[in-house]
Amino acid sequence: MSDGRASPGLRELRLEIEEFNSAYAAVLDAGKIEEWPHFFTEDAIYRITGRENADAGLPVGLVYCEGMSMLRDRALAIAKTTMFAPRYLLHLMSNVRVLSSSTSGVINATANYALFETLVDEKTILQQVGRYHDRFVRGAAGLLLKERICVYDSLIIDTALVFPV
Amino acid sequence: MRDGVPEKPNEMATDLRWPAEGLSRIPDWVYTSEAIYRREIERIFHGFTWNFVALEAELPEPGSFKRSFLGPTPVVVTRDREGVIHVVENRCAHRGAELCRAALGKATELICPYHQWTYDLAGNLAAVPFRRGVQNQGGMPNDFRLEEHGLRKLKVATRGGVVFASFASGMESFEDYVGSEILRDFDATFDGRTLTVLGYYRNTIPANWKMYHENLKDPYHATLLHAFLVNFGLLVAGNKSAMVVDASGRHGTMASAKPPDGPNVDSAAKKEMRAFSANLRLNEPRFLDYVREFDSPWSVTMQTIWPNFIVQRELNTLGVRQIVPRGPHEFLMIWTMFGYEGDSEEMTRHRLRQGNLMGPAGFLGIEDNEAMRFVQQGMDRSRPAQSLVALGGREEGTTEHIITEAAIRSLYRHYRELMDL
Repeated sequence: MSDGRASPGLRELRLEIEEFNSAYAAVLDAGKIEEWPHFFTEDAIYRITGRENADAGLPVGLVYCEGMSMLRDRALAIAKTTMFAPRYLLHLMSNVRVLSSSTSGVINATANYALFETLVDEKTILQQVGRYHDRFVRGAAGLLLKERICVYDSLIIDTALVFPV
Repeated sequence: MRDGVPEKPNEMATDLRWPAEGLSRIPDWVYTSEAIYRREIERIFHGFTWNFVALEAELPEPGSFKRSFLGPTPVVVTRDREGVIHVVENRCAHRGAELCRAALGKATELICPYHQWTYDLAGNLAAVPFRRGVQNQGGMPNDFRLEEHGLRKLKVATRGGVVFASFASGMESFEDYVGSEILRDFDATFDGRTLTVLGYYRNTIPANWKMYHENLKDPYHATLLHAFLVNFGLLVAGNKSAMVVDASGRHGTMASAKPPDGPNVDSAAKKEMRAFSANLRLNEPRFLDYVREFDSPWSVTMQTIWPNFIVQRELNTLGVRQIVPRGPHEFLMIWTMFGYEGDSEEMTRHRLRQGNLMGPAGFLGIEDNEAMRFVQQGMDRSRPAQSLVALGGREEGTTEHIITEAAIRSLYRHYRELMDL
């Protein structure tokens, strides 16, 4: 990997992660937030934080979930209790890189993302650009996220980030 | 409109006339007029107010600096070699460049990148390259004095690890400015423990900056807009609560106490709150636990310290918020979330988990920001009109019930006097 080229096995893994990310984006873009926790392990960590925090080692999360119950509570709160203007979201994900794949089955990978947001009677805005820092493990039905840290470069959120990225 | 107020400039007298009903109405132009906005910058942010600029924890050692704002105006907060905190305008005395670009950092001096005019950490001009010219040609005039061209210096006040600044000379002390009632809850949060910064959020809100104050002086909305609070028992009509207002009317503390045994909602109140659903249950209810750590009867205090500062103590998640106005139609919010030195790892994680309530992706934060957007759009796009602020009748000042807009009326009594409206 040091010269930037993947062995056939890692190339296969990269394709698998790209497919995973596409399915993940499809669920969020369809607004099916209550299905979103299915992409994670029971003990998963999920966090969204600004690059200024990540670079300085500061632990805060715009969204900060430890474990499946907190992922499900976030999905429940957004789906059932939170008031916000109706919107379309569209994720673009690319530049998937497999950083390491250990014999214990943990796969470290990154990917870039862009999140576009469209409100009724408003022009589409670029709500976020950032990078996923992921740890995958293999479950019975394929890859699952043990950790996804979403680090965004676009430090100023426009009004509200309603859904996970 | 008030007795004895002299004739105002034309725009004020004709277009900007306060409704005859008085404080129970707020005209749209308070939130939309460029002329009002310019007057606010001059009289409020650049006037006799203490404005939040930093936490001392962000300036941990000599040479630390932070880029900040006072109102819309960029400033730099520094800690000099002796440990003294200074606040200076972020504008080079030479050509006006905003010279400090990094959010936070360490330096021995402030150097403008354009022509390398160099200032010490107190803002004094220390060096001008080629001051004497080259080979007796050019350079600054002989009567040029370094000491006359430093960065503009602001007054500084600190309390409990929080740094405030003012453009006005002759400011009263911070303690007199906020008053004893506001100070009590301020001191409960900033209780002498050293603060530890946990990180930042930044977001814009497409609304007038005053709405952020009003939202936190409006306890009525909390039981209606925030279904999360209502369903999970953090705040419902009937909980012990108060809306504290200082003597001047400009500062406030919205306070409530979480009932120990979960929500205590009587059936009459439930009928009023469409948001209430008896069927919702959290998978991780510990997320809302309140660990008692403050010398206060309240589990939640949200303080609005006029004109740019919010102190959030929501159970155990703590943060300060800085309002940076950007014209009448938009403001920037800078959130600094913190804990205390000596917090256990578990306590820090508890604070971070509870942080899901607040911020621009918080269960409550999303709703406040969305609601303020809706209000501004209503005013900007519909025919000019006025808000109705009549809950609680004509009462003003501190109340111990929450179905009232008394604190908003108190703010506007102060505001109208300050603004000659």
